[in-house]
Parts: sequence; structure tokens; C-alpha cells
Amino acid sequence: MSIDDKLSKVKYNCDNISHLTTNEEKCKNCKTKACTYICPANVWQWNENSNSMHINFENCLECGACRIACEKQCIEWKYPSGNKGVIFKQG
Amino acid sequence: MDNKAQVLIVGGGPAGISAGITLARSGIDVIILERGSYCGSKNMFGGAIYTQPTKEIFPDFEANAPIERKTVKHNYMLLTEKESTVISHFDVEANTSYSVVRGKFDRWMAEEAKKAGVVIATETVVKELIVKDKKVVGVKTELEDYYSDIVILADGVNSLLARQIGLRKRIEPKDVALGVKEVIKIGSDKINERFNLTDDTGSISEIIGYPMSEMLGLGYIYTNKDSIVVGFGIALDELVKRKLKPYELLDKLKEHPSISTLIKDGEVTEYSAHLIPEGGFKKLPKLYGNGVLVVGDAAMLVDNIHWEGTNLAMMSGKFAAETAIYAINNNNFSADCLKLYNEKLNNSFIIKDLKSYKNLMPVMHKREKSFTGYYIKKVNAFFKMFTSVDSVPKRTKFRQFIKSIFTDRNIFVLLQDGLAVLKLLFGAIK
Repeated sequence: MSIDDKLSKVKYNCDNISHLTTNEEKCKNCKTKACTYICPANVWQWNENSNSMHINFENCLECGACRIACEKQCIEWKYPSGNKGVIFKQG
Repeated sequence: MDNKAQVLIVGGGPAGISAGITLARSGIDVIILERGSYCGSKNMFGGAIYTQPTKEIFPDFEANAPIERKTVKHNYMLLTEKESTVISHFDVEANTSYSVVRGKFDRWMAEEAKKAGVVIATETVVKELIVKDKKVVGVKTELEDYYSDIVILADGVNSLLARQIGLRKRIEPKDVALGVKEVIKIGSDKINERFNLTDDTGSISEIIGYPMSEMLGLGYIYTNKDSIVVGFGIALDELVKRKLKPYELLDKLKEHPSISTLIKDGEVTEYSAHLIPEGGFKKLPKLYGNGVLVVGDAAMLVDNIHWEGTNLAMMSGKFAAETAIYAINNNNFSADCLKLYNEKLNNSFIIKDLKSYKNLMPVMHKREKSFTGYYIKKVNAFFKMFTSVDSVPKRTKFRQFIKSIFTDRNIFVLLQDGLAVLKLLFGAIK
């Protein structure tokens, strides 16, 4: 089951603005880019061509793993606004 | 000032609600600020709640709460890629835990709290604590400020607020586990058949080894009324250093021949993820300050070897509430007065258990290859050898098996593993 199929089973109330941001200058120098593989929702995607981070914040499960795993400590991680973000119906 | 309460609680999970209801029952006015659209909407666990501690807060929950199945069976599944060895303990009279769906159960707890007089403000994100003269005096939300004599931080594993006021340090990847799971609907009849259960009884399966062989991670299967939960928790540093994607590990677990048959023809109804604070005793944050107490996951109160978290959350919430009542009665909200909370925790099973296992995580981080890898493979290899019928004399096979332990493993590593086990056992009982 692909991650997209898994995420299609999750209910969200998407925000218009991202609750996740990063410092791309630091990302460019980050060797591991751990966020791009440890994230359970595949939120962080590094684009080699444009040398930039694409952040699929709409898919965020709000676990906080990226914030802790980031070796450059450059992820700014906030909670989405009230009632926005993931809604676990079962959890 | 309108937004004033005697106690403010940030977070409406098991810890926050337990604190809130305990306070309200003593006539304290208390507001819970919950960021989700309802209590439980941001929460996730395996999982099961524990009967005795839950009764301490909700004496009649077994009759009234939305519970799924009473756990009567614990399975320990030792997996290699193609094999499994399962130890199962069944007790028809057991009443230790119940599987629950957090989206329903946490909501029910919140309703009970409201009945007791707790005000719950949902969709309310606390941005920061308001500190005045070195005392926490309230919180800033997105929209307005709230003030109180005491703020209880029940804002979960990521507790940005405990970090803000320096009670918590930066967490390292090895001090948290990432949990992911799927809820798979298959119907109660199939669950009863496949797990050998009746309509109201359930099982918890703990999975050691594949697909997290040689890693610090454990899988699980819980049975709800008509759905099965398959998931795992893995130390975040394992994912980081091995470059693993958690959802791919989850699929590997689901595809194991011993597990795929259990979930066959099921429909995935939810995928979720959450962090588990697993630093243990040595990584506990400071749990109180002037005008502030920290409870539950925010206080990193998890006993991971026994899969206990919600019970520590509920009981720490209760202790925090009792401390707040004492402080209110004495009109003293200083850290010096609130340290009573620490004493209550120290005298309870919570800190005693965490102390018992204080060496567990450091030891496991060093010896994971042995305990979730080599020995799991060896147990399966033993049964494969023991059950094989191939006209080779048994004595030859036994000798080969015993010899293999010493040839495929350095004697010093074996000794170190043995010492580690002794150290853990000694730590747990002393």
C-alpha cells in the first residue's frame, strides 16, 4: 500500500498556510536530509533540480519527528491553527 | 478579566482530562484548552487503556465508556522474515486492559469532565506561556490571553511550552520512538475466528524482530470490536541512521506470512502516526516550576517495556490536580510548594518503575543487534531444528545447534549480552 493510499485514509481540515517551514540554505548543506525519509507522511521532498524543499504540509500527521530528527535544527515546527490539520477519528 | 480560572490545563488528553476532572470534583474552576476540534482528534496510541488506573479517575468507565474489547490474551511473536515463534498467555478472567479507539474514548472522557464542571475550549492553540516575575501566570492563545494561579502542561510529547520555559531540553532522536499504525476493518466474526476470541474479549500481540530485526523497535496488533490495529514503534535514531521510511516498514510488517493472514480482506480505515517519549528516567524533564506543573507525555512519563503511557498520564494528572488543590488551599503557587507533585510521583509506581528501568534504554541502544536480531533468529532456528524430520540423528542436530551458538557469535559478545540481562534484572528488582 503506497504512502499516498495510506494518506488517502486520513481526514484533514487543511490550512491555507504552512505550519512547517525550514531554512533552505541550511537544507542545501545538509548531508542526510533525514526529514525526507523519516517523515511518516512524506511531507518533506527535496527537489534536486531547483535545490529547494517542497513541503507537503497538508499531509502532516503532526507527530513532530522531523523537528527532532533535523540535524541542522532548522525546521520551524508549529501546531496548525485551531481546528486545522489532521483529525484522527480513531487514533 | 473574563478569561480567568484557578487552574488552566493545556491539552485535553488522558493527563489533562484526569487533572481537570479531579480539580472540578473538588470545586476548583478549571479550563482545558485543546487544540483539536474535539478531545482525541490529535491523539493516537496502540492501544489499550488500563483498568485499575482508569478506574481511579472514572470508577464506572467499564459500564459507560466506549470500550472495544477486554484483553484476555497477550501474544509475544518472535519474527524472522519467513518464520515466527509465538508465546501466548491466555486468562479468561483477566481484567487488566481494554482496547479503545481514542477518537471515541478521549471524547467520552472529555464529556465526563464537562459533567463534573470542567470548561473545555476546543480549537484553541496555546502559542506561549505568559511569565511574570518568574512565575507562569497564564497562556497566550491565537485569539486571546487566559490567566490562572496554576497552569498544568498536558500538551503532549512535543510540549513546546515546557521547552519555552526551560523545563525541557532539546530532545534527541534516540529519546523518542516514532509510532505508526493502520486501523484495518475486517468485522468481528473474522476477528473472533482468527484470534480465537469471543465478541467482547481481545488480544494484544507484541512483535519482536522482523521487520525491525537488530533495531530498537517493536510491532503490535490490537483487536478492536470490528477492526484490527497493526503498527509499531521504532526509535527515531534507527530511522535516521538506516535511512528507513516508516510506512515501508509498516507494509513489510503487514506482509509477513504470520500477519498477512490475520488482516486478509480487511479495509484500511485510518493511517496515523505519533511520537512516544522513550528517554526514560535519565531524560525526565523538570516537572514543576513557579505556577506550573508538567504531566503525561509532556513530562515524558512512559514505561516503554510494559507499554504503559496512558496510565502514567492519568495518574500524573491526578497527582498534579491534588498538588494544585493543596497549593490553592495554602494560596502558595511557588515551585517550593508545587514540588509536592514531584514527591507524589517519587512515592508512586511512576518514578519507581522508571527508576527500575533506568538502564534499559542505554543498554538496548548498545545491544539491539542481539536482542531484536540474533536471539530472535536463534529461537526460530531452534524450533526449525527441533521439528525437522530428515533421518539425521537428533544428537547430531542438537550438537550442531549448540555449537552454532558459539561459532556464529563471539564468546565475549555472548557474555556481554548475558551481563546486560543480569544488569537489567538486577536494576528492576533492587
